[in-house]
Amino acid sequence: MEAVLFILFGAIAVCGAIMVVTRKSPMASALYLILTLFAVAALFVLRQAHFLAAVQVIVYAGAVVVLFVFVIMLINVPEDRLPVERATTTRVLGVLAAGIFILESAVLARRFWMQKGPAAEVGTVETVGRALFTDYLLAFEITSVLLLAAVIGAIALAKRKT
Amino acid sequence: MTGPLFDIAVAVARIAVFFAFCFGLVVVMTWVERKGAAYIQDRRGPNRADIFGIRAWGLFHPLADALKFLFKEDFIPDNAHRLFYQMAPMFSLAPAILGIAVIPFGPDVTVMGRRIALQIADLNVGILYLFAVSGMTVYGVVLAGWASGSKYPLLGGLRSSAQMLSYEVSMGLSLIGIFMVFESVRMSQIVTGQGGLLFGVLPKWGVFVQPLGFILFLVAQYAEANRTPFDLPEGESELVAGYHTEYASFKFSMFMMAEYLHMVVGAAVVATLFFGGWQFPYLGDAGFLLPGGSTVAVPPALVLLLRIGAFVSKVLFFAWLYVWIRWTIPRLRYDQVMRLGWKVMLPLSLLNIFATGLILLLLNK
Repeated sequence: MEAVLFILFGAIAVCGAIMVVTRKSPMASALYLILTLFAVAALFVLRQAHFLAAVQVIVYAGAVVVLFVFVIMLINVPEDRLPVERATTTRVLGVLAAGIFILESAVLARRFWMQKGPAAEVGTVETVGRALFTDYLLAFEITSVLLLAAVIGAIALAKRKT
Repeated sequence: MTGPLFDIAVAVARIAVFFAFCFGLVVVMTWVERKGAAYIQDRRGPNRADIFGIRAWGLFHPLADALKFLFKEDFIPDNAHRLFYQMAPMFSLAPAILGIAVIPFGPDVTVMGRRIALQIADLNVGILYLFAVSGMTVYGVVLAGWASGSKYPLLGGLRSSAQMLSYEVSMGLSLIGIFMVFESVRMSQIVTGQGGLLFGVLPKWGVFVQPLGFILFLVAQYAEANRTPFDLPEGESELVAGYHTEYASFKFSMFMMAEYLHMVVGAAVVATLFFGGWQFPYLGDAGFLLPGGSTVAVPPALVLLLRIGAFVSKVLFFAWLYVWIRWTIPRLRYDQVMRLGWKVMLPLSLLNIFATGLILLLLNK
């Protein structure tokens, strides 16, 4: 059962990701991105990482992609005026890099193969919270300062008079 | 019945019953809304639809509405992005109903020697699931606004996405106090935690331990559901009907259903988090335990019935509150909405977390 669900959601995630980069309309790309994010969240649930799955949907699908959609809507480029995509050097290099990345992840996956059977209770709210506020407290606090800096930076940029 | 088959049957039955409860309440709420509006404005409201001359206080109006929506022309404007235009109502409706999955309708019951939770899924992440689902609702509005290919929906969509993102922040933060007091994000544990008494008299409901949190959450929820006084995305005096201006027929009714589902599910969430969910005041597993020390024994079946009844009446009250507020408070201006969200709600919810933490620290010493 778990293997079937894993293959199903894995396939949805990969197909969605391919659609994100190949669609011409930016809105379609954004919607496929949501699909991919949901499929990845489902994969987290399969590994008992419920907290991670919820946060994945809240942060990425619920906030980040909403901002993408917001920008797409604000700029609102008509379909016949979208830039024409050409096979430039950067694109060819990008495809090559993607190929190397896939090979690398295959090698890594073989080395760190996940254990079969039910995963440990590592992904519950309690365990994640405890780990964040004990073992990884410094990293957690530094991240929050980093985010604060980003917020202040964004406000400073937006308020600058040109 | 054998094990897995029994579990599947229970799961399907729960989903069917709880979804039917929500959709049924949606139908009733469309009537309550118009009748409530009418009485608040000192008029009679809808009372003309009848079946064989029976009018039943206009209760057949939802039926007449449904028939009308079904038979109206399903129109797609020329400028619309056809596919996205058709997807938008679905994006609106689906997340609106999903939130009900983590709401407990009653305590666990024992049927044929098995414990069954009256809740579709008692998730470990509980409220975070609710946030995840409510974060999705913005897509329906935004997509409708953009795909209609018309300026009023676009403006409505822009307004609503900014508004929903802003209020999601304080909505999340206003509940942190509840997590801190009840030491869980699991819905069933939050409800069980509200069973005790405060100072031996008051039920330990969320609203009594987190009064500020309750007000902040209620306001944020109204903003999330795009209900008056926050219905700027569809402000009819300036934007015709906002994001669903270009929608007709059943697609329009899907947006309407989504709005009413938000009210019903939102009422259930408020009842669960702040008003004890299925807890009946002073009612324990064996009967009433009054503050004076006297007890009244109640048979278990009646206890269960009282508890489910308590939950349903709380939901009905908060669903009615949506109507009441809509016809009492006028719509805010857009800059006021944004100022309220960022400059009042956000600092207050941070203050609430700080104060809750301080009090818990002092109490535990």
